[in-house]
Amino acid sequence: MSTSVITAESLAEAPPAVGQRRWAALLRATMRQWRSRIGLALFLFMTVVALAGPLIAPHAPTQFVTAPNSPPSSQALFGGDVLGRDVWSRFLYGGRSVLGMAVAATIIGVGLGLVVGLTAAYLKGAVDEILMRIADVFMAFPQIVLALLLVAAFGPSVPLIILIVGISHAPRVARVMRGAGLQVVERDFIKSAEAVGEPRRRIIFGELLPNVTSPLLVEVGLRLTYSIGLIAALNFIGDGIQPPTADWGVMINENRLAVAFQPWGVVLPVAAIALLTIGTNLLTDGFARAMLGVERGE
Amino acid sequence: MARFLLRRIALGLLTLFLVSVVVFAATQALPGNAATAILGRNATPARVAALTRQLHLNESAFAQYTHWLGDVLKGNLGTSAATQEAVTKYISGRLLNSAFLVLVSGIVAIPLSIGLGVLMAVRRDKPTDHVLSVGSLGVAALPEFVIAILLVLLLATNVSHVFPPVSLIPPGEHAWNVPKVVVLPALTLILAVTPYISRIMRASMVEVLESDYVTMARLKGLPNRTVIWRHAVPNAIVPAIQVSALQLAYMAGGVVVVEYVFSYPGIGAALVDAVGNRDVPVVQALSLIIAAVYVVVNVGADIFTILATPRLRTAER
Repeated sequence: MSTSVITAESLAEAPPAVGQRRWAALLRATMRQWRSRIGLALFLFMTVVALAGPLIAPHAPTQFVTAPNSPPSSQALFGGDVLGRDVWSRFLYGGRSVLGMAVAATIIGVGLGLVVGLTAAYLKGAVDEILMRIADVFMAFPQIVLALLLVAAFGPSVPLIILIVGISHAPRVARVMRGAGLQVVERDFIKSAEAVGEPRRRIIFGELLPNVTSPLLVEVGLRLTYSIGLIAALNFIGDGIQPPTADWGVMINENRLAVAFQPWGVVLPVAAIALLTIGTNLLTDGFARAMLGVERGE
Repeated sequence: MARFLLRRIALGLLTLFLVSVVVFAATQALPGNAATAILGRNATPARVAALTRQLHLNESAFAQYTHWLGDVLKGNLGTSAATQEAVTKYISGRLLNSAFLVLVSGIVAIPLSIGLGVLMAVRRDKPTDHVLSVGSLGVAALPEFVIAILLVLLLATNVSHVFPPVSLIPPGEHAWNVPKVVVLPALTLILAVTPYISRIMRASMVEVLESDYVTMARLKGLPNRTVIWRHAVPNAIVPAIQVSALQLAYMAGGVVVVEYVFSYPGIGAALVDAVGNRDVPVVQALSLIIAAVYVVVNVGADIFTILATPRLRTAER
């Protein structure tokens, strides 16, 4: 799903500009909004939890510490999980996989989408038409369905999940970057670069790319939010990273049948995923609003 | 306009065809012989050979594809590798349950989000607007399964016990005869799509409220309610309807995880099961159906937009 306050059209209307002053203005306008500050704080906090968590975890994530589903005690701060492992330690270990996989998928998706989108915008004609038709075909599959189709064929594996989630983002990113690129392609400095005979690759990545960095950053934020959700969901339904690895998605599924009497095994990872995605989404929205404001000359 | 419509429909058909190629090609990557997969390891070589011929597995990939597509177009989706049942029979009841879930969610979500969008636009930049807009931004960020689990915690287990946490439906029964089990899955989907529709409605409504004819209507002394609902909303609603259609199509994918959380007997839960069992014929059929729904709804939404927008309707294309 790619609906958001930012559409290809709204981005395309804004004339792009480069330069350090513009970036400083953009950053100030972003951070002036409460939503961006809250979003950034949530994102940074959850990233620190995910990255530094294993350093402060009292137990190993797969070590049996208590009786199954036991309530919080001095041995286990938030009780034991369905197999008697420490919920708190598994929670502290469980963020790296979600975050790492999501960041990798976002890089692949945005990178691929950027190349395809800008190429289509610059070359136009038949190449544009063919690339966009291919994008249509992949966009006909909801991202989770495309992922499941390929997991059914190849079996669940972490690299496969990262690759599929990335590839399923690509056509959506390509659409937006094509829209942003089309506005720049018509401008004089592209014509002059063509006139002096710069190679196509240099024009696309040296001239076009620096002028679409703002919509690109919005895409990074959006795709990161969706990647976290998708990858957590795939881990949750058992088609991503496999138990006994500690992972927030895996934890929720393991402990949800006992949620009525030992809720912590579900509550902690659910809250973590929720705060992380809310954080990235608020921050992205703040940046997108700032971008439209700055480009309207406010 | 007719040419434009025909072009859109032709492109839709082309996309559908390519979707079928993708579904078929993806499952061709499966290692091992599909006949062995269906019959199990203990099948006699003679039976494997017979099924191999029956499934055209000894022919080229292209020939296999044309046989498969021909069968699909005739309504024959093959045999489930897990249950040995005809796929059509296995999924038909589930398809109805999922369609019912999406329908109920849509019937509630679309008017609700249009109402919220209008409210936000009318109270633009006031506290109501800010609270609703940040709130919907937060909800929009949540993955469906997180919304579903939060609803289970709040309404089905720890905080209260209003609705069942698991959507158990007696075999052979349809979801609409057990309405209680539909509530939480539907509520999840409603929460998942409402932010998107209401945001588009808000944006479109804000634009219309600033237009000259709305000012004119106000100056004529029309009551505020009439200005909003008779003059502004009908002009602001087209983008919201188009997004609503896309969200309905999106729900065809959203049901996958939601149905799994609640064990709701629809195609989404069936898809997760089939992937777990490596039941390729069922996975093929369900991904094809879900993608086809998406393409058809998308084309429908585009056609609706063309017909509902006078500027496009009269365009010479």
